[in-house]
Amino acid sequence: MDYVKLVLLGAIAVLAAIASSWGHDLAYQVHAFLIMAIAVGMFIYVLRHTDEPAGPAEPDGIYSDGVIRAGVIATAFWGIAGFLVGTFIAFQLAFPALNFDWGQPFTNFGRLRPLHTSAVIFAFGGNALIATSLYVVQRTSGVRLWGGKTAWFVFWGYQLFIVLAATGYLLGGTQSKEYAEPEWYIDIWLTIVWLAYLAVFLGTIFKRKEKHIYVANWFFLSFIITVAMLHVVNNISIPVSLLGSKSVQVFSGVQDAMTQWWYGHNAVGFFLTAGFLGMMYYFVPKQAERPVYSYKLSIIHFWALIFLYIWAGPHHLHYTALPDWASTLGMVFSIVLWMPSWGGMINGLMTLQGAWDKLRTDPIMRMFVLSLGFYGMSTFEGPMMSIRAVNSLSHYTDWTIGHVHSGALGWNGMITFACIYFLTPKLWGRKEMYSMSAINWHFWLATLGIVLYAASMWVTGIMEGLMWREVDDQGFLVNSFADTVSAKFPMYIVRGLGGVLFLSGALVMVWNMFMTIRGATPANAALPRASAAATPAE
Amino acid sequence: METYSLLREIADSWVLLAMFVFFLGTAVWAFLPSQRKAREDASMIPFRNEQGPAASAGPQGSDSLSPKLKGQSDV
Repeated sequence: MDYVKLVLLGAIAVLAAIASSWGHDLAYQVHAFLIMAIAVGMFIYVLRHTDEPAGPAEPDGIYSDGVIRAGVIATAFWGIAGFLVGTFIAFQLAFPALNFDWGQPFTNFGRLRPLHTSAVIFAFGGNALIATSLYVVQRTSGVRLWGGKTAWFVFWGYQLFIVLAATGYLLGGTQSKEYAEPEWYIDIWLTIVWLAYLAVFLGTIFKRKEKHIYVANWFFLSFIITVAMLHVVNNISIPVSLLGSKSVQVFSGVQDAMTQWWYGHNAVGFFLTAGFLGMMYYFVPKQAERPVYSYKLSIIHFWALIFLYIWAGPHHLHYTALPDWASTLGMVFSIVLWMPSWGGMINGLMTLQGAWDKLRTDPIMRMFVLSLGFYGMSTFEGPMMSIRAVNSLSHYTDWTIGHVHSGALGWNGMITFACIYFLTPKLWGRKEMYSMSAINWHFWLATLGIVLYAASMWVTGIMEGLMWREVDDQGFLVNSFADTVSAKFPMYIVRGLGGVLFLSGALVMVWNMFMTIRGATPANAALPRASAAATPAE
Repeated sequence: METYSLLREIADSWVLLAMFVFFLGTAVWAFLPSQRKAREDASMIPFRNEQGPAASAGPQGSDSLSPKLKGQSDV
């Protein structure tokens, strides 16, 4: 087996070296070099361990939590990276001088912006989703992960995808599709990793001990399958050369636009909503120590969300070349979506029925409730903004940015922080986090940051929209574009400060995680089968 | 008939109906009185399957239980 590995790694290293030398552009050359370095490193590692007697087998009878521990750390790491870049580009917008001359073209806003969005959505959010889904599917199925070390391949493969995508943006390798910027070879790599993820998840569900598949797993599974479908369809492109990063989309014109926003909106719907609702349906009941308010409602929530979300994409293309019927369809489905979204929010909040006092004592519960509050708020704001008349004011303004961030920071960010605070002590065998008051600090720093961010973006967005459409009594536009830019300056500073607060909260969390993990050894959580012989928990 | 129009016609008649019927079916299924027990049972799944740290998981397992660690797990 080791010999096969050596041959494969050697071949990859040689091919990558050739590609690095013959590559047509910088991004491709650097990536080929990176892959060569990784392949050589792995080659040497395998070579040094060839023909060694097999080490102790993986301990049986416990959940496979190693990959989840790695995922929790990776989530925190990429979170900090993403928030830091986000805060920096917020100040770049306020002070254009921060697009340093010496850093051109690598550190200008245009290249850092996709780095920020991908880092927070796919690196921070994606790692959180992979870690929590693999944790939840084991606990709700009563079995170890299927596929042994495949989960580790998913973890490291996903990190490689992130590194390739992020460095690609800085070096100019992008296919210019929002939230789907990585070029063709990175897309192919992600498809492989994602299918392995699907196999691990589905394999674990297949061998479950529970008769019923818990609702959180339905949400996670729909997230994994839909993202695979969206990713493949939106990235159908033909590389110009096998030795270059540039590729050409197969769709063109309005079909390409529609495919892009079918992808873009469902990335929100299935990556940032369905997947995170999977977290909600497991961790909120766990933290509240009571079952979800209504399991029946959760079934309706799931199917309604699945059937409705997929049609909402066209609302990103109001007043474009897209046919009116398609844009109306997107608008109507977006508004209907309001119902299941709020059904889900109520289901999560009402889980606390009879335990509302926990809000006073438990900062983690407070984070869950706040995230659900933001979920409800942005799923109300979204349908409203999808109405054509509202969209004519809000589109292309900072209102959209405010909406996205109240959802992403408030809902996705807060629920991820709460899950990290839930998982870290459990995975490292501690009773609770090192400092509970630090969680409180994090809660208030993050909340205040979001409030500053969202409020300033609402003000500047609506102001900007009104200024753009203002005409004098002769019918001429009153403001030039530059007028709106200078009018927005104070709000941009407030937004940047909101980012600083949110980032500081996350830094407090990382310190708290470090202090909790330091000196601890990984906890081995017993499988239900093994525990029959084991001593019961204290 | 061209492919687009054909698919379009199938999609907004029979497929639409099929999806709507499926959705109504899941709603009815969720609220079936005979399923009440199964729903209650399913909602308790997160509180099962966790029996605390493994007792015999090799040297690593016993390390994590060493009493000198502050904040010992009692999961």
